[in-house]
Amino acid sequence: MEAVELLERLSTEWGISGYENRVAAFWEKTITTVVDEVRRDRLGNAIALKKGAGEEPRPKVMVAAHLDEIGLMVTKVDKGGFLRFTTVGGFDPRVLLAKEVTVLGKKPLPGVIGAKPPHLLSAGERKEVVKVEKMFIDIGYGETRARELVSVGDPVVLKRRFERLQGKTVAGGPFDDRAGLVVLYETARELERVRHEADVYFVGTVQEEVGVRGSVVSTYGIEPDIGIAVDVGFGDMPGTSEEDTIELGKGPAVALGPNIHPNLHRDLVEVAKSRHIPYQLEIAPGPTGTDARAIQISRTGIATALVSIPLRYMHTTVETLVTSDLVNTAYLLASFIGQVDKKYLEGLKWS
Amino acid sequence: MVLKGLSEAAGVAGDEKDVRNLILDRICDLARTEIDALGNLIAFKGKGTGKPRVMLAAHMDEVGLILSRVERNGLLRFKKVGGIDDRILPSQPVRVGPGKVPGVIGAGPVHLQKPEAQRAVFKTEDLYVDIGARTREEAEQVIKLGDYISFVTAYQEFGDGLARGKAFDDRVGCTALMEILEKDYDFPVYAVFTVQEEVGLRGAGTAAFRINPDLALVVEATTCADTPETEEHGEATRLGQGPAVSLMDATSIADRRIVRHLVELADKNGIPIQYRRATAGGNDSGRIHLTRTGVPTASLSVPCRYLHSPVCVISLRDLEYTIQLLGLFLDSIQKGGFRL
Amino acid sequence: MNDLIGELTQIHGPSGNEEWVREAIRALIEPHANQVWTDALGNLIASAGREGGTRVMLSAHMDEVGVMVTHVDEEGFLRFDRVGSINPYFLPGRRVVFANGTVGTIGTERLDSIKDLEVSRLFIDIGARNRSSALEKVRVGDLATFWGPVHNMGDTILAKSLDDRIGCAVLVQTLKELQETPNLVFFVFTVQEEVGIRGARTAAYGLDPEVGIAVDVTATGDTPKARRLEVSVGKGVAVKIKDRSVMTHPAVKKLLVDAAEEQGIPYQFEVLEFGGTDAGAIHLTREGVPSGVLSIPVRYVHSPSEMASLEDAENCVRLLKQVLSRPIRLD
Repeated sequence: MEAVELLERLSTEWGISGYENRVAAFWEKTITTVVDEVRRDRLGNAIALKKGAGEEPRPKVMVAAHLDEIGLMVTKVDKGGFLRFTTVGGFDPRVLLAKEVTVLGKKPLPGVIGAKPPHLLSAGERKEVVKVEKMFIDIGYGETRARELVSVGDPVVLKRRFERLQGKTVAGGPFDDRAGLVVLYETARELERVRHEADVYFVGTVQEEVGVRGSVVSTYGIEPDIGIAVDVGFGDMPGTSEEDTIELGKGPAVALGPNIHPNLHRDLVEVAKSRHIPYQLEIAPGPTGTDARAIQISRTGIATALVSIPLRYMHTTVETLVTSDLVNTAYLLASFIGQVDKKYLEGLKWS
Repeated sequence: MVLKGLSEAAGVAGDEKDVRNLILDRICDLARTEIDALGNLIAFKGKGTGKPRVMLAAHMDEVGLILSRVERNGLLRFKKVGGIDDRILPSQPVRVGPGKVPGVIGAGPVHLQKPEAQRAVFKTEDLYVDIGARTREEAEQVIKLGDYISFVTAYQEFGDGLARGKAFDDRVGCTALMEILEKDYDFPVYAVFTVQEEVGLRGAGTAAFRINPDLALVVEATTCADTPETEEHGEATRLGQGPAVSLMDATSIADRRIVRHLVELADKNGIPIQYRRATAGGNDSGRIHLTRTGVPTASLSVPCRYLHSPVCVISLRDLEYTIQLLGLFLDSIQKGGFRL
Repeated sequence: MNDLIGELTQIHGPSGNEEWVREAIRALIEPHANQVWTDALGNLIASAGREGGTRVMLSAHMDEVGVMVTHVDEEGFLRFDRVGSINPYFLPGRRVVFANGTVGTIGTERLDSIKDLEVSRLFIDIGARNRSSALEKVRVGDLATFWGPVHNMGDTILAKSLDDRIGCAVLVQTLKELQETPNLVFFVFTVQEEVGIRGARTAAYGLDPEVGIAVDVTATGDTPKARRLEVSVGKGVAVKIKDRSVMTHPAVKKLLVDAAEEQGIPYQFEVLEFGGTDAGAIHLTREGVPSGVLSIPVRYVHSPSEMASLEDAENCVRLLKQVLSRPIRLD
C-alpha cells in the first residue's frame, strides 16, 4: 500500500487514548507483511519485530509512533438526551463547535456538537470562547432512548474527512500520529531492501496523548539500545515564529536537545546529507512532549532520538501535511538503521 | 580549589561533557568509573559484595540556554534550558557552543522604549545573544543551531568566608562527592555525578536503576533566602548555619531514619546543621527513591543564595561542614553504626 | 464495617508518617493473610490465595493530607506548608492535631481581600506564649492532620480521612470475608499517595502483578451547584473510566462491571477530569499492568468533614469478593 493510501486508511480508524484497539489491529495487519513477528503487550502497545542479519546478541532499535488520537468522552446524559462531554488529550475548545462526531455507545451513533445560533447570542457572548462544559452533543434521541444507548464514559470521536489538496498535500486527521505509523510501515518496507544487523522493533504505542504512557511500558519490555520516536512537529504558518516551526515538504525535522543523544542526532543528519534526503532541525530545550520523553529514561537509560513530521493545525480535524515528508522520513530511518551494528553501539558511549 | 574549576566549567543540562571530564580526570585513579547511556558518571568505591549498597548523587548540569535560531543579522535567538528567572537574563555575558564563543545578551535600550514597556519584564523571545557577527553566514562559521549557551562568571571568594560564582547548584555537591572518593570503604559506595537534573531529574533514575542501592543520599545546593524582602518564615535556609537536611519537597519525603542519623552525627561532632524549612522544589531524590522496589533516600544541601543565577553565593564553611558530615555518615556505616 | 472505618479515620497518618496506621492495619489483617510484610518505603503488603494463581494487586492508601511545620516564630506561632493538596480556603479556623496529641487552630494574617489568602499568610496557634514553649510541643518538620471525631447518621458517615481509610477498611474487610480465592491476591496498603502516588509504584514493581485494582475515594457531583460529575453518594460503588492518572483498561472495566451485574450490586461510572490514584502508578509498572479503580463516592474530599455512605463501602467489599471468587482472566 502506498503511503498516502495507508494514511487515509489509518486515519479513518477510531482510537482515542485508552481505546486504540481498532487502529492497532489495522496497523498490525498492514505491517505484518514486512516484519517477522507481531505481538500486543498487556497495555495494548502493538509491537512488530523485524529481525536483523547480525550475529546474536543483535543490537536492538526501537522505533515508536503512537496509535492514539485525542478525543472526547461522555460525562453525562443530560435532560432532553443531550450528551455532556470532556476531552481526552489536549483539545483547543475553539475548534470543537459545530463538528460532526460519532458517539461509541452500544452502537456507533452519529451526532453533532451543538451551539446556540449567533442570532440568539448577546454581543458579549459572541466574543467569548465557549467552554467545553457548556457544549453538548446532539444525537437526535430523547432522554430515555439516549440513556439506553449511551453510558457515562463512552468514547466520542470527531468525524474525519480525508482531503487531497494541491500537490502532495493532504488534510484531515488524525495524522498525529497516524503519519508516524505510516512512517514505521514504510521504514519496515524499506528495510526489506536494506541489509541491517539490528533487530528493529516497530512499536505503535498507546496513550501518548494523555501522558506518554504506552512507551513507558513498551520500552521497559523491549529494552532497546536505541530508541527513536516518530511524531509530528509544528508546521510553519502565519502567526507563528520561524523559530518554533518547521516547514512542510522540507523533510523530517531531526530534534536536538537534552532529550536526544547527540551522536544519534549527528548521525541522522550525516545520513540525510550523504543520501541527499531533505531534513530540518528542531530544538527541544527540555524533555519533549513525545514518546522520546519516556523512552530515554527507561531502565538504565536509552540513547534516544526524535524525528518530527511537519504538520499544520495540530490537534484539529484538518491537520495538514505533505506526504513526501513521510517517505523521506522513512528513507532516513531505514538508511540510518542500516548502519547500526555492535561497533556503532560502542561509539554511542560517552567519552 | 576543586570548586573553582567545576564552577567555571560549562555544563548546561544535556551538555555536561566538560564537567564530566574535569571530574573524571580527578577521580579516575581513585575509583572504578563508568559512564552510562545518558552520560551519568558512576564512580565505584569499596567492596562490591558488602552491605549496604550506598548511592551518593550530585548533579553535574546547570541551567542555561540553547541556540534556537540564527537571525539574518547574525543575532542568536535562544530558549531556556531549566528554570531560569527571565528577569536575570538581560545584559549577561555568555559563552556559546563547544567553541565557547563569547557573546552578550542584549535587549533594546531603555531610552528607546515607551514608558509602559519599560515597566514590563523582558521576555525570553525578545532577547538575543550578540556574538558580534553581522550576518547569519558569519555567525554560522563559529556557532550552530542547538549549541548550548552558558553563563560565564569567574569564581571568587569574598566577604566573610563566602564564595560567588555560577553553577554552585550543584557543583558543590560534585565537589563533596569527589572528596569522599579519596577514602576507602568496606561496603559498596557509588558516587554518581548525574546529568539533566535541571530539566526534570532525568539522569538520576536510570543510574539508580542500574545500581539498585539499599540507600541513597543526594548532595545538593538549595534555596537560601536569608536576605532582605523575605520574611523569616520564607527563608528556607540560612547561610553559614551548616548543611541543610530536607524533610520534604515537591518530589520526595526524606527517609526519616537517615535524616535523624545525620542530625545526630552533626550534633555529636559539633557540626552545625539546619532543616530546609520549605517544601517547594525538588531534586534527584524524587527519582531515586521510587526506583524499582523503593530506595530510602535523603538529601543534604549547601545553602545557596541566588540559585539558578550566574551569581550564586555560598558559605565555604557550609560546604566544608557538608563534606565532613558526609564523611562521618559513611564512616558510621562502615563501623556498623547505621542500619535501616 | 462502620466501627472499622471510624476507628481507622482517627489514626494519625499524614504522608510519610503512616506507621501508626500501618501497625493498626497489620494487627487487623495478620490472622487472615498468608504472609504480611513491609517494603522499603513502608507499604504494608498482605498476601492471600493460591500460589500460581493470577497475581492481583489491590491497593488502598494509608496516608492522609496534612500540614508540616516549617517555622516557629518568636511568639510561638507555627508557619506551615501543605502535605498533599488542600484547598487553602478550607484551612482558616480549622483545628489540626499533631502525632503527640497537641491541638492547634489555624489563624490568618490580616487580609485586605479573601483573594489574598495563601498558605504563607496562615499560621497554627497551639496556645504557646513564645518560641521556647512552642518548641516543647512541636518542632520544625512535625506534621499535623485535620482534627475531628467521627459522626454517624444512619447510612452516612462523617469523618476526616475517609480518603482513603474507607478504602483501607474495604480491603481489610474483603480479606477477612474472603473464603477462598484461586488467585494470588496482594492486599497493599500504600504510603504517600497524596503527595504523588509514590508507594504504589514501588510496591507494584516488587509484586509484579498481572492485574491492579485501586480502591480509593472519588469526588461527587451531587451537591448544590457542584461541578458536573455523574457520581453520587449512596448510589453504589463507582467504576472509574478515567482520571488524570489512568485510563481504566477495558478488560478490567469489564471484569468489574460483570461482577457487579452478576451480584446485582449497584455501581456508577466515573469520568473524573482531575485527580489520580494508585492505579496511575500500578499500570505503568514494568511491562504494564492492566489496572482499574473502584471508587467510594465521598463529598468534601480533603476537608475535616468528608462524607460517605456505608452501603457504598459494603457494596465495594461484595464486588471485590465476587471478582476474586474465580480465576481472573483478562481478554
